[in-house]
Amino acid sequence: MAVLVIADHDGAHLRDTTLKVITAAQKLSGDIDVLVYGEASAVAAQAAAAAGVRKVLTAESAELKADIAEAVSALIVSLAGGYDAIALPATASGKNVAPRIAAALDVSIISDVIDVVAGDTFVHPIYAGNALETVKTADAKKVLTVRPTAFAPVAATGGSAAVEAVAVPAVTLKTRFVSDEKVVSDRPELGAAKVVVSGGRALGSADEFKAVLEPLADKLGAAVGASRAAVDAGYAPNDYQVGQTGKVVAPELYIAVGISGAIQHLAGMKDSKVIVAINKDPEAPIFQVADFGLVEDYKTAVPALLKALG
Amino acid sequence: MKVLVPVKRVLDYNVKVRVKSDQTGVDLANVKMAMNPFDEIAVEEAVRLKEKGTVTEIVAVSIGVAQCEAILRTALAMGADRGLLIETDQDLEPLAVAKVLKAVVAQENPDIVLMGKQAIDGDNNATGQMLSALLDWPQATFASKVEIAGSEALVTREVDGGLQTLGVQLPAVITTDLRLNEPRYASLPNIMKAKKKPLDTRALADYGVDAAARLTVVKVTEPAKRSAGIKVDSADALIANLKTAGVL
Repeated sequence: MAVLVIADHDGAHLRDTTLKVITAAQKLSGDIDVLVYGEASAVAAQAAAAAGVRKVLTAESAELKADIAEAVSALIVSLAGGYDAIALPATASGKNVAPRIAAALDVSIISDVIDVVAGDTFVHPIYAGNALETVKTADAKKVLTVRPTAFAPVAATGGSAAVEAVAVPAVTLKTRFVSDEKVVSDRPELGAAKVVVSGGRALGSADEFKAVLEPLADKLGAAVGASRAAVDAGYAPNDYQVGQTGKVVAPELYIAVGISGAIQHLAGMKDSKVIVAINKDPEAPIFQVADFGLVEDYKTAVPALLKALG
Repeated sequence: MKVLVPVKRVLDYNVKVRVKSDQTGVDLANVKMAMNPFDEIAVEEAVRLKEKGTVTEIVAVSIGVAQCEAILRTALAMGADRGLLIETDQDLEPLAVAKVLKAVVAQENPDIVLMGKQAIDGDNNATGQMLSALLDWPQATFASKVEIAGSEALVTREVDGGLQTLGVQLPAVITTDLRLNEPRYASLPNIMKAKKKPLDTRALADYGVDAAARLTVVKVTEPAKRSAGIKVDSADALIANLKTAGVL
């Protein structure tokens, strides 16, 4: 049984996510290949150095770089014959393409895997994480998306896998890439950060959101997140959203500032190791999951925190 | 231009989810059910495209128990023209739903299938992509903006790191994200009118699709509960606690 893991990367760096998906894949097989598609050259060496990787496959084209689902799916389906399972990270990119691969192979998709019970049995959250479903698949080939926060990463170094370029299948695309509007930031990525500082609607404006959260995030070396309400109100970009339909994070420390704690937000952060809630409403549901709650207006609490941190 | 909007009947998003004590699933007996919120966004977008004059007909389709008719009536009250209920008591997996929808597409010949990116029960986020693969149509998932320009849809998508805009040739599958629009509430006159709009009911068997389950549910359990911690009275006390906890 061999597993093909699809790498998560930005063209220069292999994301930590990939190392976590490898951990999940190791519960299925010791034979793990990693596919790096898009701008693969710099990343392939990093993937080859990851512990436990048998082989790294690379594939490059403009369409793959733009992450066009039809092109990515055709590539992965062309490689599927050699594998019993295909594991993708449960990111927007992975979720976009994994079901397409599964349908092309006529197998079910097992989404957001948080535990591998056996080679055919997996646990995944349903109902925004309010229930955990254990499913056993009858399909010979498995297509999974893996929730990275549920697995520890394998070591990033120590491996010495061979790197091999694979043929990119010719596809007549009916999709064209128009533009990208990516948020550029020097901060750690939300999904991989050890500390996350998140803001809610209480912050009241995009300017206030920045002015309050960024100094605190800078001080702590943290990523910045937001509740759905804050994103809907335009205080923060969509990519910041933590929750059921946004990003699922599980940092060492999660600081929720002016977030009431709607169920859909809790679904995205309740596996954090330590949760801090700062909210002036003592009845806010966020306090029911917080390890440490500070009932205070963020306007006084955050400056006091900055001062105390020195 | 014709749009097909698949809508799913799910546990209302305001209802607290309760896992059954025998671990066979989530308790859906005597609880409020509603249209999947992402599908509501899809219906709204289709209606807006019709109001702009781009779209001429909206067909809403639901696959499930007889009570799905109520969900279809909601779609009709929002502005869909016609409903199709494909009745089954079987709980279909995304792959089976995609196969049924493919058969519906063959009959209806829509230019766009506009649907929610995920249902808030299974949270799979899969059916749209699967349908697109089975039809060999282009897909544009997680849409936050949709513009139709001739035979192409320009779709802005919510992706890792920000936004991406794709141009997809029609026919195509588009799945909706939260920020595409805010669905309207159906007005009382429109709810009355919806009762008279055409709604066909068919049996799942009419479509001759292999809808067999591939997955067996072993069990459904409640996640480990997080207990509330302590309240601290100052920023200094908070920092001291975080240092003790080893996270600062």
